[in-house]
Amino acid sequence: MTARASHQPPGRYRFRHLARMEWIKLRSLRSTWIALALAVVAPAGIAVATGGSNTTSGGMSVSNTLVGMLIGVLLIGVAGVLAMTSEYASGTISATFAAAPRRLRVLAAKAAVVGAAALVTGEAAAFLSFFAGGMTLHHGITAPALSQPGVLRAIVLTGASLSLVGLFGLGLGAIIRHTAAAITVVVGIVFVGGTFIGQSDFAIRPYLPLYIVSHSLGATGPACLPGMASCWLSPWSGLGLLAGYAAIAMLLGGLILARRDA
Amino acid sequence: MIEVRGLTKRYGSTVAVDRLSFEVPPGAVTGFLGLNGSGKSTTMRMILGLDSPDAGHARIGGQPYRRLRWPLREAGGLLEPRAFHPGRSARAHLAALAASNAISQSRVGEVLELVGLQAVARKRAGKFSLGMAQRLGIAAALLGDPAVLLLDEPVNGLDPEGIRWIRGLLRSLAAEGRAVLVSSHLISEMAVMADRLVVIGKGRLLADTTVAELSGRAPSLEEAFLQLTGNSAQYQARNLS
Repeated sequence: MTARASHQPPGRYRFRHLARMEWIKLRSLRSTWIALALAVVAPAGIAVATGGSNTTSGGMSVSNTLVGMLIGVLLIGVAGVLAMTSEYASGTISATFAAAPRRLRVLAAKAAVVGAAALVTGEAAAFLSFFAGGMTLHHGITAPALSQPGVLRAIVLTGASLSLVGLFGLGLGAIIRHTAAAITVVVGIVFVGGTFIGQSDFAIRPYLPLYIVSHSLGATGPACLPGMASCWLSPWSGLGLLAGYAAIAMLLGGLILARRDA
Repeated sequence: MIEVRGLTKRYGSTVAVDRLSFEVPPGAVTGFLGLNGSGKSTTMRMILGLDSPDAGHARIGGQPYRRLRWPLREAGGLLEPRAFHPGRSARAHLAALAASNAISQSRVGEVLELVGLQAVARKRAGKFSLGMAQRLGIAAALLGDPAVLLLDEPVNGLDPEGIRWIRGLLRSLAAEGRAVLVSSHLISEMAVMADRLVVIGKGRLLADTTVAELSGRAPSLEEAFLQLTGNSAQYQARNLS
């Protein structure tokens, strides 16, 4: 043991130090890599199956190739929850907040790292799905091409939705703290509730996360067709609303994190 | 140096810590003694800024914990025996904490060696025995080479050799001029480990003294401790009637 260092380095701990901490935490768990790998492989696998069974004479649409991204959304939503609740479950949170008592900065660093990892994963999943879905089409069925209008946007925005859902999960994790309860709420809000409400209430449907991902972000055609009870949101409004949901969850999570005992 | 002034914490109508004041001076091991549920852990959590007091304050080196520029370089805490993710290696756990306070990664290796975990540093920490988990917690507390250490029941789960090791470690850390606060509900352990004693019961200060002085009050230190804590139970009984 060296004699006690009486000097402290200049400055103080900053966001970049906390971002490094959170990145080390994220990358050092095997479960992270399994979840991220599954979030890429599963949508691509579904795209392969969808492509192989596609018999539409008009060709395959880009949204058909991206249908498996909903599984990615589910996986990343859960991973976002776990990034927060696993710290409470294990007691790591007290070590984290003792190392960095400015909790909002810790949450911001976590959001940056989780959001970036989910974004890279989402884009990888979306592009892989697009190309995999196009490759397995039967002879004579046209694959969508990147050069067609709206196709690139559909892929990029659908990929980005994983990042926003990951942050939504992170925020809910900070609000709820308990893994099982938080996962139930995220899955409940995004999937189960979304499906049931969506099938009974057409007026609310366009605003539900699940439908935003499947019908707004991945769309290349018009958001409104004659005879539709209500229009889908445009791709960019859909993305904006998803970002809004994530922001509300993160904001509430931050408020609670700062006030409650750790 | 830790200063605690009028620290109070309530949970509903229960007062967990009641206007508690004491100091932990540098260069000595201060034993924090009290029966289970007497408010030791809550006090330590408030000193480390994890729980907010309802009244009073705690300072480390004259500053509230939440204002410290490099918290881990000023104070190290061991609060829960397993405050790490079971799927993460000991090395990764320490590396993450080190990064938050710009502590070099070579220091991670140093503390792993110091607590004797270097051989298992890359294994999943979830498989650690309670004794190994305590050693990892102590390694985390020492990461920033801090002037102040707070350890909540560090000997729990340690075998006799481990208890002896931690006793020597804490004594040498104090000899280097650090302020060491170590809690326990075991008076016998405190008798051989601590120089000074802060005794609490029902969240209140019962004695702020030296081991030698407290031993002098009764035929044995244990006797003296039980007399003190017995009084706190009586105090509670009077309060209720």
